[in-house]
Amino acid sequence: METIVQNIQGVPLNHYILFCSIIFAIGVMGVLTRRNVIIIMMSVELMLNSVNLLLTAFSVHHGDPAGQVFVFFIMALAAAEVAVGLAIIVMVYRNTRSVDINALNRLRG
Amino acid sequence: MIDLIWLIPLLPLVGFLFNGIGRNTLPKPVVGLLGSGVVLVSFLLSCGIFAEVYAARQAGESATFIQPVFEWITAGSLNVSLSFLVDPLSAIMLLIVTGIGFLIHVYSIGYMKHDAGFAKFFAFLNLFVFFMLLLVLGSNYVVMFIGWEGVGLCSYLLIGFWFKNKEFASAGKKAFVMNRIGDLSFLIAVFLIFNTFGTLEFTGIFPQATAMAMGDTTLLLITLLLFIAATGKSAQIPLFTWLPDAMAGPTPVSALIHAATMVTAGIYMIARSNILFTLSPVTLQVVAAIGICTALLAAAIAITQNDIKKVLAYSTVSQLGYMFLGLGVGAFTGAFFHVITHAFFKALLFLGAGSIIHAMSNEQDMRSMGGLKKHLPITYITMLVATIAIAGIPPLSGFFSKDEILAHAFAENKVLWVLGFIGALFTAFYMFRMLSLTFFGKFRGTAEQSSHLHESPATMTVPLVILAILSAVGGLLNVPSALGGGHALADFLSPVFADSTALTGAFHLDHSTEYVLMAVSAVAAIVMAVLAYRQYAVSGAVPGADDAPRGLLARLSYHKFYVDEFYDAIIVRPFNALSVFFYRIIDRAGIDGLVNGLGKRVGESGNGIRLLQTGNVGSYIFMMVIAVVALLAYGFFNG
Amino acid sequence: MSVFYFVAFLSIFFALMTIFTKNPVHSVLYLVITFFTFTVHYILLNAQFLAVVNFIVYMGAIMVLFLFVLMLLNLNKDTEPLKSNLVKFMGVIAGMCLLVTLAASFRLLEISDPVVLKNPDIGLVSNLGKVLFSDFLLPFEISSILLLTAMVGAVLLAKNDPKKA
Repeated sequence: METIVQNIQGVPLNHYILFCSIIFAIGVMGVLTRRNVIIIMMSVELMLNSVNLLLTAFSVHHGDPAGQVFVFFIMALAAAEVAVGLAIIVMVYRNTRSVDINALNRLRG
Repeated sequence: MIDLIWLIPLLPLVGFLFNGIGRNTLPKPVVGLLGSGVVLVSFLLSCGIFAEVYAARQAGESATFIQPVFEWITAGSLNVSLSFLVDPLSAIMLLIVTGIGFLIHVYSIGYMKHDAGFAKFFAFLNLFVFFMLLLVLGSNYVVMFIGWEGVGLCSYLLIGFWFKNKEFASAGKKAFVMNRIGDLSFLIAVFLIFNTFGTLEFTGIFPQATAMAMGDTTLLLITLLLFIAATGKSAQIPLFTWLPDAMAGPTPVSALIHAATMVTAGIYMIARSNILFTLSPVTLQVVAAIGICTALLAAAIAITQNDIKKVLAYSTVSQLGYMFLGLGVGAFTGAFFHVITHAFFKALLFLGAGSIIHAMSNEQDMRSMGGLKKHLPITYITMLVATIAIAGIPPLSGFFSKDEILAHAFAENKVLWVLGFIGALFTAFYMFRMLSLTFFGKFRGTAEQSSHLHESPATMTVPLVILAILSAVGGLLNVPSALGGGHALADFLSPVFADSTALTGAFHLDHSTEYVLMAVSAVAAIVMAVLAYRQYAVSGAVPGADDAPRGLLARLSYHKFYVDEFYDAIIVRPFNALSVFFYRIIDRAGIDGLVNGLGKRVGESGNGIRLLQTGNVGSYIFMMVIAVVALLAYGFFNG
Repeated sequence: MSVFYFVAFLSIFFALMTIFTKNPVHSVLYLVITFFTFTVHYILLNAQFLAVVNFIVYMGAIMVLFLFVLMLLNLNKDTEPLKSNLVKFMGVIAGMCLLVTLAASFRLLEISDPVVLKNPDIGLVSNLGKVLFSDFLLPFEISSILLLTAMVGAVLLAKNDPKKA
């Protein structure tokens, strides 16, 4: 463990920020480019995870455990959200027989 | 009795309200009774007031009473109250308005009996009497103006009474518009008066005015503006063309409004403001000039007219011209005397004409009449009396009043006398022409009309008789001293004109000159009367059809000297063009374009923004991302 | 130190694979691997509790749930709806813009110090637990209610209505 700890001492926080931004942007691209609603939800999970990692990095950097506690809550919340979201998707599939978000345009102006 | 004066205008107003509101429910006898009854009560009250004023005059007082009713406007230095002024001038006007008004109301019971708008007619007549009474009783220019405008309104309502006929409605509109031009002038004059004198009450203005110099320019302006207002109301050049067209209204309307009362409002107003006019000799000259020109012009037109009411209408305009001539030469009492006598015989003439029209089944063209003497005896005799009176043949009333005006004109300017004399010749001629064409000779109408010829009912003939008696003996009111008379009217009215008389000096004319003038005019009138009688009654000449060839002068006269056409080209058409311009370009294209265009742009933009609602979640998320990027970039660039 | 960069590279590679494969099942699997690399990152930060929770909850529960639903709906490469090229292009551009903006904003911040662990033990289970149950007790309890609500909601939503045909 100690060697691991020594290992991470050298990584500047900026790199963590950059890395998480890249993952976040990849998540956004996933939301924008995919039409399958399940893949979109997965991309959202990816975005959440990147934020989690960044929070943890900050918390470790500042020595404040509140950041990790927050991450814990975010994970709980993400789980709940996935459950409900997938339930909705199942319902939608039952009604429209498709998981294409372009098919859900009843609110078209 | 004078403190009951507020009842006098109030009663006709009450009559208006009752007859107006209950016009569909009240039975016709009740309407007629109510309408005439209120005016009768007002007349009786006016008699009482006149008696008090007369008694005061006999006792040598100036007999000017102010009866305040309530304070109306108090704003800064402007204090206008609704209050009534009773003095010799207004007392006489009260009698005329209510007395002749009552007779005409009674006449209308018979004349309008078969009309569906019977109650509405009486309501309007009562309303008119109310406004006219406000006009003559007002103790300041504002109350007078209320009455002034009100009678204009009632004139519009009554002229266009049979509004379903488009021409009649247009005649009403024409009268109202021309009156409004005068009203504007009146209003500006009132503003100037307030600016100059600081008050609008007569008792406040006139004493102040006596201190001003003769020929003061402000007074000149005020009096010119007041005179323009009077030309509108009393149908003088240039605002006289509405009166002949006003014959579109029922005949009692013509009798009441356009013979006896409303048209004399202008003369009353000038008589009331006489000190202002005396201090502006230029205005008086203008008044006299326009008066005599109008008198001659209207008389020249009346000679060739074939509609009986049109003849009387132009005759009214002409006689009003004489009254203005009288005012212009300083004969205030004379002009007012002519107002009184003219009210008698002109109302009588119009009512008689109504009687004839009624008998002739609504035919008004004299070329279809003739020989009505034996069918309508009472009408004939009363109209004969009126015609002799208006022609100025002694000893009937018209002679005395017209002669007094002409005598003053002679003393002022011989030319005016000559022109007035020529006008009197015309007057005698066309009146006797009218009488001859109507009553003498053979009947020229259809057999259908002939079978319906009958004398009018008593409600119509009794007022005729009463007015005939008044026309006959009315001259005794003011017999000039040259004939040994007591000039009672002049004495009675002297306090009203005292300030003016003080400035101009009393009127003096040699008695011998007066005799000559009187004799000349009387003889000339009789000669013209006989000429007319011989041409139309004895020789049986009948005026030609509308398109018959006429000489130049006859054509000019027949087409009313093309004054209407002139006004149409100069004023009406440019205004219409202006109105069309404003409508098409400024209103429709400009304002509507702006407002509607705004609405359309909003709609279009809404339509455009609507396209953002694709219902596609992907596009929403895309927009969100773009928005976040934009916000971040904005934050980045703006620190 | 280089471990971090190697694992970061792996995360990015597999994340890209997640969103670019056509087969949704492959997508899920790649995401599982991405989450595994995240777990390694947590361990590198000595956030042991979070690493384990990430492994169990995310990879074990959430992704399995995704897989269940995919299997339930019987989705595979053939039923995958296609997006037009323009949309894909615009999406990529938007994402890149976001990244660029974020990166640019971070350049202004002067936090390039190396991560110095003041207290390396805060990520341990016992220490985190102490903080969790003392300072953050209320949110902890409420989040349990949240999970209960979500469960109820999901069951209600996905239930087969026996009255409907």
